[in-house]
Order: sequence, then structure tokens, then C-alpha cells
Amino acid sequence: MVTSATSLGRSGLHDWIIQRITAVVLAAYVIYFLGFIFSAEVIEFSVWKHLFSQVWFKVFSLLALASIVFHAWIGMWIVSTDYIKPTGIRLVFQAFVILFCFACLIWGAQILWGV
Amino acid sequence: MKMKFSIYRYNPDTDTKPRMQDYELEVEEGSDMMVLDALLALKEQDSTLAFRRSCREGVCGSDGLNMNGKNGLACITPLSALKGNTVVIRPLPGLPVIRDLVVDMAQFYRQYEKVRPYLINNDEPPAREHLQSPEDRSKLDGLYECILCACCSTSCPSFWWNPDKFVGPSGLLQAYRFLIDSRDTETQSRLADLDDAYSVFRCRGIMNCVDVCPKGLNPTQAIGHIRSMLLKQGV
Ligand code: SF4
Ligand code: SF4
Ligand code: FES
Repeated sequence: MVTSATSLGRSGLHDWIIQRITAVVLAAYVIYFLGFIFSAEVIEFSVWKHLFSQVWFKVFSLLALASIVFHAWIGMWIVSTDYIKPTGIRLVFQAFVILFCFACLIWGAQILWGV
Repeated sequence: MKMKFSIYRYNPDTDTKPRMQDYELEVEEGSDMMVLDALLALKEQDSTLAFRRSCREGVCGSDGLNMNGKNGLACITPLSALKGNTVVIRPLPGLPVIRDLVVDMAQFYRQYEKVRPYLINNDEPPAREHLQSPEDRSKLDGLYECILCACCSTSCPSFWWNPDKFVGPSGLLQAYRFLIDSRDTETQSRLADLDDAYSVFRCRGIMNCVDVCPKGLNPTQAIGHIRSMLLKQGV
């Protein structure tokens, strides 16, 4: 058993499942989004505004954003533990990634509910 | 026919850093020599060349080497299987070099030790022996044959980056060998020991291990089975 304090999940399995589920959410979001763009006759401000003013789409978008954030946290944590050996630099990098992810999540939520 | 060799040399007593040394060997036309026999012939030219070997028939696992960029056992790799006009021989990658082609396997064995590679049965000892059905026994096929040559673990990038934390393909193949053994009663605690972010989950499915295993084993598949066992237990 190897302990890790800065990973998202509390076990290897936990991280692994989160990584898989968030990937599915992101795939669904991308597919829906591309479908929307290609099926729309015109894409202009009012169409965007209508799409993003529906509550279900706000929730879907926020879910996708949260998925990116969690996916990135786990992914960047793995990259940092593979390639950054000095503990200090590794910790600073991980802290930066985690804070940046949270900032994006809060900022994104604010933008989505501002529509 | 003259064959060219370029061999990794390093003697910690006299060298400050490793170097590649060129050799030439007369190989009889049509004879399909193994790399180990070529190394033994080269050692007659230059007795300072150091490497490990014992059984010379792919059983003991002591002559794992990197030949033309791919890990394998020198004793069962024919020269004809190596492309190009120079055969480049290096020690197994990722492990500390003791001298020339001899590496320090301590880190590899430490991971092996971690998975408790022996049968544990806490039940009352049976009168004669622990019996196993032929079906249960057949689950160990493709697992017990590992000779611990380290060709797989030292070809795995995840093991290069975290040799102290990632168990590696060889150790995980052995871990699964005891997880799936019907006579073992420590399945739960074995699984609990493996459920961290490194031990199993650092495997990224690169499959270098499968590509190089001289015994034709499939550590990636065993790792997949361990993951499924963890999943079944954890959700
Ligand atoms: S499949 Fe896993 S264990 Fe095998 S080489 Fe790739 S990362 Fe390493
Ligand atoms: S799994 Fe294959 S390559 Fe790995 S140590 Fe065992 S025999 Fe060698
Ligand atoms: S010398 Fe024993 S495996 Fe090659």
C-alpha cells in the first residue's frame, strides 16, 4: 500500500473509476455539442442564448466542466508523479493544478448561471 | 562471416561513465548462434566483459539483456533474429548497473516480495494436503511459469518512473497467481494491499511487458484481472 495525499480519490480504484466516468460525461457532452452545431441552420447570438438559458443544459454544461476538472486533476497528478521528482516542485505543481481547477469550476458556474 | 557487436561497458572501479565498446566475431556461415554463445566467445577475446548466465536454456532467468533495443534472454535469442549489421547489447534498462551487463535487481525483488509470493492458508491444516480441482489448477496456467527474468518490468515505462511504488508486470503476474489460487485464504488482504494509486493502477496498458516476455506470458491480462477483482469488491 502506497499512500498519496494530493490525489483526488482515496484509492487507486477510486481515481480509476472517476477517470472513466468523467470521460463518458465528456464524450456525451462533445457529441451533443457537435450534433447541435451541425444540425443548427443558423448559429447566432439568440440561438446560443436559448441553448444556454435552458436549465437542463446549464446542469449538463456544469457537469461537463466538473468532469474536465476532476479528469484533469487525476491526469495531471499522475503526470506529475511520473515526471517531477523533486518533492518541492511536485507539491507546488500539484497545488497549482488543484487551485486552478477549482477556480475554473467556480468561474464556469458563475458564467453559466449568468446567462 | 564477421559480425559486429557494440557492447555497453562500465566498471565502477576504473570508469567515470559508461561507454560502448566495439567487438568483432567470426560466426560460421549458416550456424545460428545464440547471443549468449556469442557473448561467451567474446569473453574469450576480452576476459573483462561481465554478464550473468547459468542454465543457457531459458529456464533460470539470469541473462535478461537489452539486445538491439529489445529485452530478452540472451541464451534463447538467435543472432539471426536481430536485424541490422551491428548487434547492440546493453544491460536491462532502468536498473542500477553494477558492472557491464550486470544490473542490481534489488528493486525488482523488493516489488516481488511485496506481493507475498507464497500460498497463505489460515484454515485448519488438512490431514494430508490442500486439494485443488483440475479446473482451479488450470487457472494458474500462464502465471506460474514466470522465471523472474525482469525483462518485462524493465521494459515498462511506468516501472522506470516509479520502481519503488509500482509493483510492475512481473510482480503483478505473481500477485494474481496467488489471488486466483483456490487454496489461498488471504485474497481480501492481498487486494487491500494493492488498492492504491501506484501498485496496480500505474499500469497504463502499454503492453511492452507482453511484447518482451520470453516465456510468452501476458502480465497485462493478469493486471486487468486484478483490476476487475478490485472493482467487484469496491463497487
Ligand atoms: S501493460 Fe502495464 S505493466 Fe505492461 S508494460 Fe505496459 S504499463 Fe507496464
Ligand atoms: S513475466 Fe515473463 S518477462 Fe516478466 S519476469 Fe516473468 S518470465 Fe520474465
Ligand atoms: S542462461 Fe538461464 S535463462 Fe538464459
